[in-house]
Amino acid sequence: MSNVTNVLLCGVGGQGVLLASEVLALVAAEEKAQVKQTEVHGVAQRGGSVVSHLRFGDQVYSPTVRTGTGDILIAFERLEAVRYGHYLKPGGLMLINDIEVMPGQIGEYQPYPTGIIEFVQSKGFQIQEISATAQAKALGNPKVSSLIILGALSANLDMPQQAWERIIRKRIPPKLVDINLKAFKVGIEMAQARAQVAVSSV
Amino acid sequence: MSKIINILLVGVGGQGTILASKILTNVALAQGYEVKMSEIHGMAQRGGSVVTQVRIGEDVHSPVIEPGEADYMVAFEQLEAYRWSHFLKKDGVLIVNTQKIVPLPVLIGAATYPENILVELKGRVEHFINLDGLKLASEAGNVKATNVVLMGVLSKYMDFPEDAWKNALVAGIPAKLLDLNMKAFASGVAEVK
Amino acid sequence: MTQEVGQRMLMAGNNAIARGAYEAGVYFASGYPGTPSTEILEVLSQHREIKAQWSANEKVAFDEAMGVAMSGKRALCSMKYVGLNVAADSFMVFPFAGTIGGFVVISADDPGMYSSQNEQDNRYFARLAEIPMIEPSDPQEAKDYLKLAYEISEKFSTPVLFRTSMRVSHSKGMVTLGERVKVGDSTSFVKDVPNWVVPIFAKSLKAKLDAKFAAITDYVETYEYNRIEKGTGKIGVITSGASYTYTKEILPEASVLKLAITYPLPKQMIIDFCAQYDKVYIIEELDSFIEDQIRVWGVTNLSGKDIFPRTGEFSPDILAKCLFNEQPMQDFSNEFNIISRPPQLCPGCPHRGAYLALKKSGALVTGDIGCYTLGSLPPLGAMHTSFAMGTSIGNAFGFELGGISKVAAVIGDATFIHGGIPSLIDIVYNGGNTTVVILDNSTTGMTGHQEHPATGQTLQGKEVPKLDLVNLVKALGVKHVQVADPFDQKAMYQAIKDALEHEGPSVVITNRPCIFARGEKQRPKTPYVIDIDKCTQCGACQRIGCPGVLPGEQAAIDDVSCTGCSLCAQACKFDAINLKGE
Repeated sequence: MSNVTNVLLCGVGGQGVLLASEVLALVAAEEKAQVKQTEVHGVAQRGGSVVSHLRFGDQVYSPTVRTGTGDILIAFERLEAVRYGHYLKPGGLMLINDIEVMPGQIGEYQPYPTGIIEFVQSKGFQIQEISATAQAKALGNPKVSSLIILGALSANLDMPQQAWERIIRKRIPPKLVDINLKAFKVGIEMAQARAQVAVSSV
Repeated sequence: MSKIINILLVGVGGQGTILASKILTNVALAQGYEVKMSEIHGMAQRGGSVVTQVRIGEDVHSPVIEPGEADYMVAFEQLEAYRWSHFLKKDGVLIVNTQKIVPLPVLIGAATYPENILVELKGRVEHFINLDGLKLASEAGNVKATNVVLMGVLSKYMDFPEDAWKNALVAGIPAKLLDLNMKAFASGVAEVK
Repeated sequence: MTQEVGQRMLMAGNNAIARGAYEAGVYFASGYPGTPSTEILEVLSQHREIKAQWSANEKVAFDEAMGVAMSGKRALCSMKYVGLNVAADSFMVFPFAGTIGGFVVISADDPGMYSSQNEQDNRYFARLAEIPMIEPSDPQEAKDYLKLAYEISEKFSTPVLFRTSMRVSHSKGMVTLGERVKVGDSTSFVKDVPNWVVPIFAKSLKAKLDAKFAAITDYVETYEYNRIEKGTGKIGVITSGASYTYTKEILPEASVLKLAITYPLPKQMIIDFCAQYDKVYIIEELDSFIEDQIRVWGVTNLSGKDIFPRTGEFSPDILAKCLFNEQPMQDFSNEFNIISRPPQLCPGCPHRGAYLALKKSGALVTGDIGCYTLGSLPPLGAMHTSFAMGTSIGNAFGFELGGISKVAAVIGDATFIHGGIPSLIDIVYNGGNTTVVILDNSTTGMTGHQEHPATGQTLQGKEVPKLDLVNLVKALGVKHVQVADPFDQKAMYQAIKDALEHEGPSVVITNRPCIFARGEKQRPKTPYVIDIDKCTQCGACQRIGCPGVLPGEQAAIDDVSCTGCSLCAQACKFDAINLKGE
């Protein structure tokens, strides 16, 4: 399947991972011939780990992404980036929201691991960290962090911005549309600024 | 006994076929034989047809008797004798209690009870005996002992000693009813000349 | 999202099934919540022309759908696969009589046990009941196959088993919508006792069923939706369901016999197919259901469970590993300490309060299926057994009969209604002492907060009188019944202590709603906050296992997730935790 794009979104239940993947899937559905998306969402509500697979292109059969073939992995939280990192292809793009959500503890207390960014960098992935949650708080609503992340993602995919905006308007409840669109644009800007920095530092 | 003896007891629910088969199997067990027995008793309480199959021998496997394989058949009711008569061997023994219990289709007028069953059967079977077991039991003291009357008849055709049957009765019947059942058994025995 | 005929849109498998039922002219749908089937009925209920309802349990749902089908209308019954265990009694007998209106039973299986208590392969149910079974492999088929299922059902007067799996139900794909078949409102049941009073006429009906199934087997031999996709090369594959999609990824050149109807199998078509290839792979998740049947026909050039696993769901990676020994990328847990992130009871969950009190009592706690199953995990560790729906009460009585003293059963409100009532009757009837704690959080929680007879609202939004659990339990003969507030630890503990000490059956019913129950999300909540001057860092508040109390040397409360239930404050011996603003 040569021209299939493979995307994974992961995070903690309640962060908006599934909403974000639904928006992305709907945008892809407008632009591409076939889209498949899947998740196991039972534990999402209860603070568990969440991962959504998304594939789109001319012809897509399996909804699940093969390990080591993901084009982009979007992690809404740092630890989840490591948990699902093996799905990413060598040199693939990893977008990481720079927050740490402590897992619920079973048994002996285990501190939140350190050195996550260094570790994933050592794997040869392209790492982009974004402060989506911090920016969302600055905008006045921490929950729009998922739309900031989507904005940053959209800057790395070749689908028209109007499609994104149209879907966001369709899918988000009316009184929240404005702030979510704003968040989306903030995400795009953050990704573009980073790209400019990368270019200028060469 | 080098071979297996097959006995079929047939009747209507409530006539005591199951108790009778218990007495029969106790006789065989006391004599050291292996016994396999099967019955379908679900409908027994509700006046349906009841069949008990008893197989006695030294080495018995299947509990089921096939048509044409029964050495003995004891029928507690005429129509049931007719219904199951094809299970009897050509030279088998058919014992028929002449009582008629009218089934539901006949009661509601949807069918008629067949005539001349006894004549028919007598013509088909080599060893045939019929008796009014109900009357004999009543004379012994209680119509409910009809089943034991029929066991008395059967005992004359089988090879077990009479004492074995009497012991089985003592073991299987409550003490205060023993007397009347012994009388019933004896009147059954007396029917066979 | 609006849905128009001819529209092509992204749809989840379950939504597509619901749409398929709508397009197939279904008149009535019943079911019980259960992952991965729940959304089917939820989405279907949005179509107001369809009467859709949650029933008390799957057997009731099945019996109701049966009645509708017998009145001549198309009926659907949807459940998680273990729900078919509950409905099995009726499911096994109905085929003897056959149906009038089309009747489709949906069994949503869960290979990989993502959200389930076992991994039984429900395809066997079709074989056990002698009915045909159809299996979609993606959302488009999930929609289209409903119409096909109803056509077969009515053509042969047979129930049809529609089998889906977690991956098909919870995947989204592009689906083109179709039209709804016209639904008449006439009824057509004729009182024909020898056909419909099965126990008495079972013998003749069995002969009819066998003959009917032989006719279905013939029909399936040339069924157009069982198709062969011819490839190049010497390998053939026989597959169905989600495995078909993985096959197309990993073996794009193989010739594939894709089965839509997976029982009965098209024997001659399969034998002819296998004869053309050196090797034929049977790619099916879980049991060798298809493979065994083909082997019995004497076909030997097969490879199936000799290389593929019998447990867990498949994926392209697993196929590549089994077929070509390609090792998938391992996760990084060997190189990095990826601590686990297990699901937990939510902040503010009333079950936490009940469990803290039960733990203090030291009782053996038999458990059941629901959110409260999570109470068995550390740090609560307050529930000690769990098996199937409604089992906790009978188990508790059993432990008592077996000589274990101090036993309590916990059961949710929905679960109690589903199957706990006869067990409670039995404790009264057979003279037990058992304590039953009904965790009434006013919802069917784990499956996504559905309504049930004691919540006061139906699936399609009708307000109805609430089933009164307190009076119900009293009417069953339980004399010691107490309602307790799980957020008042003293009272909760006392209620449990009294119940355990009471001679005779006793029931405690908790009375706080789930934080996601209808109306709860909107209720304003004041969070608690830890005064670090008073805090001695003893860790007691953290040991209640609430995600809102953050772990670490200095505990802190996450004021976004805290719902103000006060359990952490009650655990604190130093009065260091109080309402924000106090």
